[in-house]
Amino acid sequence: MEIKVMANILDKNDQLAAEVNAHLSRRGIFTLNLLGSPGSGKTALLERTIAALKDELKLAVIEGDLFTDKDAARIARQGVPVVQINTGGGCHLDANMVKGVLASLDLDGLDLLIIENVGNLVCPAEFNIGEDAKATVLSVTEGEDKPLKYPLVFKQAGAVVVNKIDLLPYTSFDLAAATEDIASINPQVAIFPASCRTGEGLEGWYGWLRARVAAKKAAAAKGE
Amino acid sequence: MHEMAIAQGILDIALTAAAENGAAAIVRIKLQVGAMTEVEPEALTFCFAALAAGTAAADASLEVEVTPLVGRCRDCGREFRVERFRFLCPACGSAAVEIISGRELRVEHLEVE
Repeated sequence: MEIKVMANILDKNDQLAAEVNAHLSRRGIFTLNLLGSPGSGKTALLERTIAALKDELKLAVIEGDLFTDKDAARIARQGVPVVQINTGGGCHLDANMVKGVLASLDLDGLDLLIIENVGNLVCPAEFNIGEDAKATVLSVTEGEDKPLKYPLVFKQAGAVVVNKIDLLPYTSFDLAAATEDIASINPQVAIFPASCRTGEGLEGWYGWLRARVAAKKAAAAKGE
Repeated sequence: MHEMAIAQGILDIALTAAAENGAAAIVRIKLQVGAMTEVEPEALTFCFAALAAGTAAADASLEVEVTPLVGRCRDCGREFRVERFRFLCPACGSAAVEIISGRELRVEHLEVE
Protein backbone atom coordinates (compact mmCIF):
# COMPACT_ATOMS: atom_id res chain seq x y z
CA MET A 1 0.00 0.00 0.00
CA GLU A 2 1.17 3.51 -0.76
CA ILE A 3 0.61 6.37 1.67
CA LYS A 4 0.83 9.89 0.26
CA VAL A 5 2.56 12.08 2.83
CA MET A 6 4.02 15.28 1.30
CA ALA A 7 5.44 16.45 4.63
CA ASN A 8 8.34 18.86 5.04
CA ILE A 9 11.08 17.15 7.01
CA LEU A 10 12.11 20.33 8.83
CA ASP A 11 8.53 21.33 9.71
CA LYS A 12 8.95 20.71 13.42
CA ASN A 13 12.05 22.89 13.57
CA ASP A 14 10.41 25.56 11.41
CA GLN A 15 7.37 25.68 13.73
CA LEU A 16 9.60 26.09 16.78
CA ALA A 17 11.58 28.78 14.94
CA ALA A 18 8.33 30.62 14.21
CA GLU A 19 7.42 30.44 17.93
CA VAL A 20 10.81 31.84 18.92
CA ASN A 21 10.51 34.59 16.33
CA ALA A 22 6.99 35.52 17.45
CA HIS A 23 8.14 35.68 21.08
CA LEU A 24 10.97 38.07 20.17
CA SER A 25 9.02 40.05 17.57
CA ARG A 26 6.28 40.94 20.09
CA ARG A 27 8.99 42.76 22.02
CA GLY A 28 10.31 44.50 18.91
CA ILE A 29 13.65 42.69 19.12
CA PHE A 30 15.62 42.25 15.90
CA THR A 31 17.26 38.81 15.94
CA LEU A 32 20.31 37.96 13.86
CA ASN A 33 21.69 34.49 13.13
CA LEU A 34 25.44 34.92 12.63
CA LEU A 35 27.06 32.25 10.47
CA GLY A 36 30.51 31.45 9.12
CA SER A 37 33.44 29.05 9.18
CA PRO A 38 35.47 28.40 12.32
CA GLY A 39 38.06 31.16 12.46
CA SER A 40 36.28 33.45 9.98
CA GLY A 41 35.94 36.11 12.68
CA LYS A 42 32.33 35.80 13.89
CA THR A 43 33.26 36.51 17.51
CA ALA A 44 35.65 39.29 16.51
CA LEU A 45 32.82 40.87 14.49
CA LEU A 46 30.56 40.56 17.53
CA GLU A 47 33.14 42.26 19.75
CA ARG A 48 33.48 45.14 17.29
CA THR A 49 29.71 45.40 16.86
CA ILE A 50 29.05 45.46 20.60
CA ALA A 51 31.74 48.10 21.18
CA ALA A 52 30.28 50.28 18.42
CA LEU A 53 26.58 49.92 19.25
CA LYS A 54 26.24 49.23 22.96
CA ASP A 55 25.79 52.89 23.89
CA GLU A 56 22.87 53.35 21.48
CA LEU A 57 21.25 49.87 21.49
CA LYS A 58 20.50 47.32 24.15
CA LEU A 59 22.11 44.09 22.97
CA ALA A 60 22.27 40.50 24.09
CA VAL A 61 24.10 37.52 22.65
CA ILE A 62 23.48 33.78 22.47
CA GLU A 63 26.70 31.88 21.81
CA GLY A 64 26.56 28.51 20.07
CA ASP A 65 29.63 26.35 20.49
CA LEU A 66 30.44 22.66 20.35
CA PHE A 67 31.88 22.27 23.85
CA THR A 68 33.51 25.43 25.24
CA ASP A 69 32.42 28.78 26.67
CA LYS A 70 35.49 30.63 25.34
CA ASP A 71 33.44 32.84 23.00
CA ALA A 72 30.83 33.58 25.68
CA ALA A 73 33.63 34.68 28.01
CA ARG A 74 34.91 37.06 25.31
CA ILE A 75 31.44 38.57 24.92
CA ALA A 76 30.84 38.81 28.68
CA ARG A 77 33.98 40.96 28.94
CA GLN A 78 32.18 43.48 26.69
CA GLY A 79 29.56 43.93 29.39
CA VAL A 80 26.51 42.61 27.54
CA PRO A 81 24.29 39.70 28.63
CA VAL A 82 25.36 36.43 27.04
CA VAL A 83 23.97 32.91 27.22
CA GLN A 84 25.93 29.87 26.14
CA ILE A 85 24.52 26.91 24.24
CA ASN A 86 26.84 23.92 23.99
CA THR A 87 25.72 21.52 21.30
CA GLY A 88 27.94 18.73 22.65
CA GLY A 89 29.48 18.13 19.24
CA GLY A 90 26.33 18.96 17.26
CA CYS A 91 27.21 20.85 14.09
CA HIS A 92 24.43 23.47 14.23
CA LEU A 93 22.00 25.22 16.52
CA ASP A 94 18.32 24.36 16.12
CA ALA A 95 15.22 26.27 17.13
CA ASN A 96 14.58 24.08 20.16
CA MET A 97 17.99 24.92 21.64
CA VAL A 98 17.32 28.64 21.26
CA LYS A 99 13.83 28.29 22.72
CA GLY A 100 15.40 26.52 25.69
CA VAL A 101 17.63 29.45 26.65
CA LEU A 102 15.27 32.36 25.97
CA ALA A 103 13.99 32.29 29.55
CA SER A 104 17.50 32.89 30.87
CA LEU A 105 17.80 36.18 28.96
CA ASP A 106 16.22 39.42 30.17
CA LEU A 107 14.34 40.50 27.04
CA ASP A 108 12.89 43.70 28.53
CA GLY A 109 13.89 46.70 26.47
CA LEU A 110 16.20 44.63 24.31
CA ASP A 111 16.78 45.99 20.77
CA LEU A 112 19.09 43.45 19.21
CA LEU A 113 19.73 39.78 19.86
CA ILE A 114 22.65 38.22 18.02
CA ILE A 115 22.95 34.44 17.96
CA GLU A 116 26.40 33.22 16.98
CA ASN A 117 25.95 29.82 15.38
CA VAL A 118 28.40 26.93 15.43
CA GLY A 119 31.31 27.60 13.05
CA ASN A 120 30.27 25.74 9.90
CA LEU A 121 29.21 26.77 6.38
CA VAL A 122 27.03 23.71 5.74
CA CYS A 123 24.72 22.48 8.47
CA PRO A 124 23.48 25.71 10.12
CA ALA A 125 22.17 26.92 6.76
CA GLU A 126 19.32 24.38 6.86
CA PHE A 127 18.03 25.20 10.35
CA ASN A 128 16.08 28.34 11.13
CA ILE A 129 16.43 29.27 14.78
CA GLY A 130 13.90 32.09 15.05
CA GLU A 131 15.96 34.82 13.43
CA ASP A 132 14.77 37.80 11.40
CA ALA A 133 17.87 37.64 9.23
CA LYS A 134 21.06 35.70 8.75
CA ALA A 135 24.47 37.27 8.28
CA THR A 136 27.43 35.28 6.99
CA VAL A 137 31.08 36.03 7.66
CA LEU A 138 33.58 34.95 5.00
CA SER A 139 37.26 35.64 5.59
CA VAL A 140 39.91 36.38 3.03
CA THR A 141 42.08 33.49 4.23
CA GLU A 142 39.36 30.94 3.34
CA GLY A 143 39.65 31.62 -0.38
CA GLU A 144 37.23 33.22 -2.83
CA ASP A 145 35.84 29.88 -4.03
CA LYS A 146 33.74 29.40 -0.89
CA PRO A 147 30.52 31.15 -2.00
CA LEU A 148 30.08 28.78 -4.95
CA LYS A 149 31.06 25.76 -2.83
CA TYR A 150 28.62 26.61 -0.04
CA PRO A 151 25.98 28.65 -1.86
CA LEU A 152 23.08 28.12 0.54
CA VAL A 153 24.66 29.95 3.47
CA PHE A 154 25.28 32.92 1.16
CA LYS A 155 21.87 32.68 -0.53
CA GLN A 156 20.07 32.95 2.78
CA ALA A 157 22.10 35.82 4.21
CA GLY A 158 20.77 39.36 4.42
CA ALA A 159 24.35 40.58 4.79
CA VAL A 160 27.80 39.14 4.14
CA VAL A 161 30.88 40.52 5.87
CA VAL A 162 34.08 39.70 3.96
CA ASN A 163 36.49 39.84 6.87
CA LYS A 164 40.27 40.19 7.16
CA ILE A 165 40.70 42.52 4.18
CA ASP A 166 43.84 43.81 5.95
CA LEU A 167 45.38 40.48 4.84
CA LEU A 168 44.54 40.97 1.14
CA PRO A 169 48.13 41.96 0.21
CA TYR A 170 49.40 38.65 1.64
CA THR A 171 46.94 36.29 -0.06
CA SER A 172 45.77 35.54 -3.60
CA PHE A 173 42.16 36.20 -2.58
CA ASP A 174 40.30 37.90 -5.44
CA LEU A 175 37.87 40.25 -3.68
CA ALA A 176 36.15 41.29 -6.92
CA ALA A 177 35.50 37.65 -7.88
CA ALA A 178 34.21 36.77 -4.42
CA THR A 179 31.91 39.77 -4.37
CA GLU A 180 30.62 38.96 -7.85
CA ASP A 181 29.89 35.34 -6.91
CA ILE A 182 28.07 36.35 -3.73
CA ALA A 183 26.01 38.94 -5.61
CA SER A 184 25.14 36.42 -8.30
CA ILE A 185 23.99 33.83 -5.74
CA ASN A 186 22.11 36.49 -3.79
CA PRO A 187 21.51 39.72 -5.73
CA GLN A 188 19.70 41.35 -2.77
CA VAL A 189 22.47 40.81 -0.20
CA ALA A 190 24.47 43.65 1.35
CA ILE A 191 28.22 42.94 1.14
CA PHE A 192 30.70 44.60 3.52
CA PRO A 193 34.42 44.03 2.91
CA ALA A 194 35.94 44.77 6.30
CA SER A 195 38.63 44.04 8.83
CA CYS A 196 37.62 43.25 12.38
CA ARG A 197 41.25 43.72 13.38
CA THR A 198 41.59 47.31 12.14
CA GLY A 199 37.90 48.24 12.08
CA GLU A 200 38.08 49.24 8.40
CA GLY A 201 34.83 48.87 6.45
CA LEU A 202 32.61 48.15 9.44
CA GLU A 203 30.59 51.41 9.39
CA GLY A 204 28.40 50.02 6.61
CA TRP A 205 27.72 46.89 8.64
CA TYR A 206 26.75 48.93 11.70
CA GLY A 207 24.44 51.00 9.50
CA TRP A 208 22.83 47.85 8.12
CA LEU A 209 22.16 46.60 11.66
CA ARG A 210 20.84 49.99 12.86
CA ALA A 211 18.39 50.10 9.94
CA ARG A 212 17.14 46.55 10.67
CA VAL A 213 16.68 47.31 14.35
CA ALA A 214 14.77 50.53 13.54
CA ALA A 215 12.52 48.75 11.01
CA LYS A 216 11.76 46.00 13.52
CA LYS A 217 10.83 48.54 16.20
CA ALA A 218 8.59 50.41 13.79
CA ALA A 219 6.83 47.18 12.77
CA ALA A 220 6.33 46.18 16.43
CA ALA A 221 4.92 49.62 17.27
CA LYS A 222 2.36 49.21 14.46
CA GLY A 223 1.48 45.82 15.91
CA GLU A 224 2.63 43.83 12.90
CA MET B 1 26.59 15.81 10.68
CA HIS B 2 23.18 17.43 10.44
CA GLU B 3 21.91 14.49 8.36
CA MET B 4 21.22 12.87 11.73
CA ALA B 5 18.63 15.57 12.56
CA ILE B 6 17.12 15.28 9.09
CA ALA B 7 17.00 11.46 9.30
CA GLN B 8 15.22 11.79 12.65
CA GLY B 9 12.66 14.08 11.01
CA ILE B 10 12.06 11.55 8.23
CA LEU B 11 11.69 8.71 10.72
CA ASP B 12 9.20 10.66 12.87
CA ILE B 13 7.08 11.55 9.85
CA ALA B 14 7.18 8.00 8.45
CA LEU B 15 6.35 6.25 11.74
CA THR B 16 3.46 8.65 12.43
CA ALA B 17 2.00 8.21 8.94
CA ALA B 18 2.39 4.41 9.10
CA ALA B 19 0.71 4.22 12.52
CA GLU B 20 -2.18 6.43 11.38
CA ASN B 21 -2.76 4.05 8.49
CA GLY B 22 -2.43 0.90 10.59
CA ALA B 23 0.64 -0.32 8.70
CA ALA B 24 2.90 -2.90 10.37
CA ALA B 25 6.06 -2.24 8.39
CA ILE B 26 7.45 0.45 6.12
CA VAL B 27 9.10 -0.93 3.01
CA ARG B 28 10.15 2.20 1.17
CA ILE B 29 10.25 5.92 1.81
CA LYS B 30 10.27 8.24 -1.16
CA LEU B 31 11.99 11.58 -0.51
CA GLN B 32 12.35 14.76 -2.49
CA VAL B 33 15.64 16.51 -1.81
CA GLY B 34 16.32 19.77 -3.62
CA ALA B 35 19.56 20.40 -5.49
CA MET B 36 20.16 23.46 -3.29
CA THR B 37 20.01 21.70 0.07
CA GLU B 38 22.94 20.78 2.23
CA VAL B 39 22.05 17.09 2.37
CA GLU B 40 24.34 14.25 1.41
CA PRO B 41 22.11 11.28 0.42
CA GLU B 42 24.70 8.66 1.46
CA ALA B 43 25.14 10.19 4.90
CA LEU B 44 21.37 10.46 5.19
CA THR B 45 20.89 6.77 4.38
CA PHE B 46 23.54 5.82 6.93
CA CYS B 47 21.97 7.94 9.68
CA PHE B 48 18.48 6.73 8.87
CA ALA B 49 19.49 3.06 9.15
CA ALA B 50 21.03 3.71 12.57
CA LEU B 51 17.93 5.52 13.86
CA ALA B 52 15.35 3.17 12.33
CA ALA B 53 16.75 -0.01 13.89
CA GLY B 54 14.10 -1.67 16.03
CA THR B 55 11.22 0.39 14.58
CA ALA B 56 8.59 -0.35 11.90
CA ALA B 57 10.95 1.38 9.47
CA ALA B 58 13.93 -0.88 10.26
CA ASP B 59 13.88 -2.48 6.80
CA ALA B 60 12.73 0.56 4.88
CA SER B 61 14.81 1.76 1.97
CA LEU B 62 15.16 5.46 1.22
CA GLU B 63 14.57 6.52 -2.34
CA VAL B 64 15.85 10.02 -2.99
CA GLU B 65 14.60 12.07 -5.90
CA VAL B 66 16.84 15.09 -6.37
CA THR B 67 14.73 18.00 -7.60
CA PRO B 68 16.46 20.51 -9.87
CA LEU B 69 17.12 24.12 -8.94
CA VAL B 70 14.56 26.17 -10.87
CA GLY B 71 13.98 29.90 -10.60
CA ARG B 72 11.15 32.15 -11.78
CA CYS B 73 11.62 35.76 -12.73
CA ARG B 74 9.16 38.01 -10.87
CA ASP B 75 9.49 40.64 -13.59
CA CYS B 76 9.05 38.72 -16.85
CA GLY B 77 7.75 35.37 -15.58
CA ARG B 78 10.49 33.29 -17.22
CA GLU B 79 11.16 29.93 -15.53
CA PHE B 80 14.70 28.59 -15.86
CA ARG B 81 17.21 26.07 -14.52
CA VAL B 82 19.63 27.95 -12.28
CA GLU B 83 23.20 27.12 -13.32
CA ARG B 84 26.20 27.81 -11.08
CA PHE B 85 23.80 29.39 -8.56
CA ARG B 86 23.38 32.43 -10.76
CA PHE B 87 20.08 33.99 -9.70
CA LEU B 88 19.69 36.42 -12.56
CA CYS B 89 16.97 36.05 -15.19
CA PRO B 90 18.52 34.86 -18.47
CA ALA B 91 15.71 36.56 -20.42
CA CYS B 92 15.52 40.06 -18.94
CA GLY B 93 18.50 40.24 -16.55
CA SER B 94 16.31 40.93 -13.52
CA ALA B 95 17.63 40.03 -10.07
CA ALA B 96 14.10 39.44 -8.75
CA VAL B 97 14.26 35.66 -9.04
CA GLU B 98 12.36 33.35 -6.71
CA ILE B 99 13.18 29.68 -6.19
CA ILE B 100 10.28 27.46 -7.28
CA SER B 101 12.15 24.15 -6.98
CA GLY B 102 15.41 22.95 -5.49
CA ARG B 103 14.90 23.62 -1.77
CA GLU B 104 12.66 20.60 -1.07
CA LEU B 105 13.32 18.41 1.94
CA ARG B 106 10.15 16.41 1.85
CA VAL B 107 8.74 12.95 2.50
CA GLU B 108 6.62 12.36 -0.56
CA HIS B 109 5.13 8.93 0.07
CA LEU B 110 5.61 5.65 1.89
CA GLU B 111 5.16 2.09 0.78
CA VAL B 112 3.90 -0.03 3.66
CA GLU B 113 2.61 -3.49 4.36
